[in-house]
Amino acid sequence: MSNHLLRSHAPISDSNWTLLDDEARQRLGVALAARKLVDFSGPHGWDHSATNLGRVRPVAATPCDGVTALQRRVLPLVEVRAEFAISRAELRDDDRGATDADLEPLDAAAHQIAVAENRAVFHGWPEASITGIAEASPHQGLQLGNHPSDYPRPVASAVEQLLRSGISGPYGLALGNEQYKRVVETAENGGYPLLEHLRKIVEGELIWAPGMDGAVVVSMRGGDFRFESGQDLSIGYLDHDADVVRLYLEQTFSFHVATPEAAVPLKA
Amino acid sequence: MGFDQYHEPPEELPPATRTFARLCASMTEEAEAIGWYEQRLAVETDPEAAAVMRDAVGEEFKHFSMDLEFLLRRSPTWREIAQGILFKTGDIVEHGEAAEAAAAGETDDDHAGDGTGSLGIGSLRGAGR
Repeated sequence: MSNHLLRSHAPISDSNWTLLDDEARQRLGVALAARKLVDFSGPHGWDHSATNLGRVRPVAATPCDGVTALQRRVLPLVEVRAEFAISRAELRDDDRGATDADLEPLDAAAHQIAVAENRAVFHGWPEASITGIAEASPHQGLQLGNHPSDYPRPVASAVEQLLRSGISGPYGLALGNEQYKRVVETAENGGYPLLEHLRKIVEGELIWAPGMDGAVVVSMRGGDFRFESGQDLSIGYLDHDADVVRLYLEQTFSFHVATPEAAVPLKA
Repeated sequence: MGFDQYHEPPEELPPATRTFARLCASMTEEAEAIGWYEQRLAVETDPEAAAVMRDAVGEEFKHFSMDLEFLLRRSPTWREIAQGILFKTGDIVEHGEAAEAAAAGETDDDHAGDGTGSLGIGSLRGAGR
């Protein structure tokens, strides 16, 4: 029995697979910021190819007179893959009981595929027909400011904009790498952590979003943003030689913004 | 009163097993009824009668599903295998083989247990930072 991942063809022991899967799961769970904020649908399987948009476009010509035609519009899923190579010597050491196997190539691939997912969801991916949360939002123009102590004011303004638009909470605040680093390092006057202050303003999650530029305040009430997964993140096998096994992380997904006004981007 | 649902002497069976057997019998009856309605609807020419039977078979779908859910809650292995097969697109037999192997603790393409090789990450809402 085998599927398209061809895992059973890899020269990898059960123990090795557990090691690799656990490591990938751990790394991805930290970095996949978009999934912490938006609705997740699926996984619908490797053979799921498109998201139904419920919309149509006119078809100009018909095969004969007396009929009209409309064509369904769908959002095709994109296949995203990050390849990596693992030393077979490291895997043999894992089988011997080593607890410090070098899995850096897997870690790097996990980070890259998480960044790709985050960027597609937050900033869009035109070549894959994906419009991002920040680009879709009609609320534009708010600046985070140069210093982290400036952040609470625009974040509070963003929450106010959402409320004025009739978008209820709870809200989540996703921060790009640099912005998140500044926030966790900063204590406001009196030593109160800025992280906690921002969390109180949004009354929800504060998320580290690697790959994101700036920040975005998002309603987490549900129904506004939909991430549709076909094949969820999986490790597959490519090939091997005497020294390394070449593997890949792969997933298929689409992303659709149903309520553009349910998010407010904050520029860095 | 019939006791056909018991294959072993009822007095030797623990109460939980008797309950399990009753629900299995109930689910079998619902499945039979669904099959009967399918046949009746296939030959019925009176649209009003067909509408009544379509409504009736909906009840059987509900009863069958409730019986199944009860039984799956009482049988973790059955539930685990069912989770690998039900409501999935793709090859049913392939899903079935993978789900059975996963439930038996075997390893093949799937080390996450859902028959696809997925890492099983899914939604991370509520997972914090």
